[in-house]
Amino acid sequence: MKYFPFLWATLWRKKIRTLFTLLSIVVAFLLFGVLETVDYAFSHPSVGASGADLLITTNKFSITLPLPFSDAQQIRSVPGVTETTWISWFGGYYQESKNFVFAAPVDTDSYFNLHKGDFIVSDAEMRAYRDTRTGALVNVALMKKFGWTVGDKVPLHSTIWTQKKDGSLDWTFDIVGTFDAKDPIQASQQASTLFFHYELFDEGRSYSKGKVGWFEERVADPAQSAAIANRIDALFENSSDETKTQPAKDFMMAFMKQFGDIGFVLRAILGAVFFALLFLTGNTMMQSVRERVPELAVLKTLGFSDGSVLRLVIAESLLLCVTAALIGLALSYGALPILKQGLQGVELSPIALLPGIGVAVLLGVIVGLPPAVRAMRLNIIAALADKH
Amino acid sequence: MTEAIVSLRSVAKRYVRGKQSVEVLQGLDLDIATGEFVALMGPSGSGKTTLLNLIGGLDTPTSGEITVAGQRLDRLGSGALARWRSNHVGFVFQFYNLMPMLNAQRNVELPLLLTNLSGAKRKANALAALTLVGIADRAKHKPSELSGGQAQRVAIARALVADPTLLVCDEPTGDLDRKSADDVLHLLQVLNREHGKSIVMVTHDPKAAEFAGRQLHMDKGSLLEAGSSAA
Repeated sequence: MKYFPFLWATLWRKKIRTLFTLLSIVVAFLLFGVLETVDYAFSHPSVGASGADLLITTNKFSITLPLPFSDAQQIRSVPGVTETTWISWFGGYYQESKNFVFAAPVDTDSYFNLHKGDFIVSDAEMRAYRDTRTGALVNVALMKKFGWTVGDKVPLHSTIWTQKKDGSLDWTFDIVGTFDAKDPIQASQQASTLFFHYELFDEGRSYSKGKVGWFEERVADPAQSAAIANRIDALFENSSDETKTQPAKDFMMAFMKQFGDIGFVLRAILGAVFFALLFLTGNTMMQSVRERVPELAVLKTLGFSDGSVLRLVIAESLLLCVTAALIGLALSYGALPILKQGLQGVELSPIALLPGIGVAVLLGVIVGLPPAVRAMRLNIIAALADKH
Repeated sequence: MTEAIVSLRSVAKRYVRGKQSVEVLQGLDLDIATGEFVALMGPSGSGKTTLLNLIGGLDTPTSGEITVAGQRLDRLGSGALARWRSNHVGFVFQFYNLMPMLNAQRNVELPLLLTNLSGAKRKANALAALTLVGIADRAKHKPSELSGGQAQRVAIARALVADPTLLVCDEPTGDLDRKSADDVLHLLQVLNREHGKSIVMVTHDPKAAEFAGRQLHMDKGSLLEAGSSAA
């Protein structure tokens, strides 16, 4: 700590240069924080408090391939499975493609039975939903986002499903009630969700009748999940629609991977950014030490050992990198709420920012080491003579 | 006779420049008593700065023995020499060599960073050193805000702050006007006479040399003669 005033003053010897270098590192770590958080969210999907005993069964070869609805009966018969429901990907948006809506066609009885206790919905609104064939239950956040009210008739455009009656991709629903999730993680993930009747969906679509996207199963004992998953898959081993059953968390990860290897893309961007930053900061540090050769020689004259000078230059580099990184990471932490709006359904965690501190330390050591070694090897007599 | 603070026996220093070997110092013998103020004079290239660097532990001889403050410097490695310098020698340079981004007090505190003194004690010692050289009122000023004479006083305070036994001064008045130079030389004289500091000073200036108790003249790497000053 006693060296801090000296290091801080040294760092700001050339204010403009240090400021621009600092800003470059801040921007790099802001980007790091944002991208790492997104990467973390995609690679560590959360299923909330009620997800531990939830299994998902999809087509073995791709989650985009459907399964026969009739599989539900066989899955229900597997010992340890307490409830089964099914769902399909609707691929909907409201008015413009940027207005994504997770419109989920669900079987009312089995879905809300399996998710008993997960949602907050009034009895009256649930009754209205059951009684209305074109009815929809909409998440409160989604209602607020689009300014919808109960009683509204809302058209959603499906990117996949044409209607049998006229070939149209537009489906219209009557909002009969709202819901919210009890679990905060679920609440975030369900923020774009609109439930509607599977019967309406299945009868209305022009193809794939009797097929479902995937099954969800609640198991009695989470410790038996793996065994139950194997039993379910064994049922369809020799069928034309083989299945793959996995915990909900793994399913979400596989689902997200549909969009490509997000982690690789993000790491490639960060790699390019930090490669450039390495040269920029390294050059600044080299230049800074080059300009201070006589001053470093004076330090050695006063009794600072070669090792002390090495440590001082590395400490200066660390001070620059870690200070800038903390500012950048703090800014990215501040940007989390904005990110959440853009990535609805994806839970963002500040834990993802922690590796940033390690990266900053590594960066500080890497860019500080070459000039530090040069400073360490400085010959006092030659360096002082240079000044004269 | 007073015990010698500096003792050189058959000291030689040779530099290799390309294919040429240049003998800067040749078989030099010298004793400087504790509490002495010695001026080293001679033409450029005579070897006086090289001798000063050897005495200050900044360089090591090619051959011979150098004992300063009871320590054989020719036997020490670079790390041990650095520790020895921090404990026993204060350096004053022609161009002050202060850190431009630190104020006077912080500059004077620099050698104390190598000690275990607390921040408050370091500050107090730095202010005491600045008071001793008569420039405490400029403690918060940066080198760019000081005159040459003031900057050199700060440099002397930095050299003194760790209470070394020996002050090594390389042309301390070479960058100053006559008045400032005389002030600095008076200060060195006071430090020598009233505070018992042993001083070895390299100078080209005969007037500056008059402030020393003894003048040594060098030429072509050898000591020519020794004489006492009237000052």
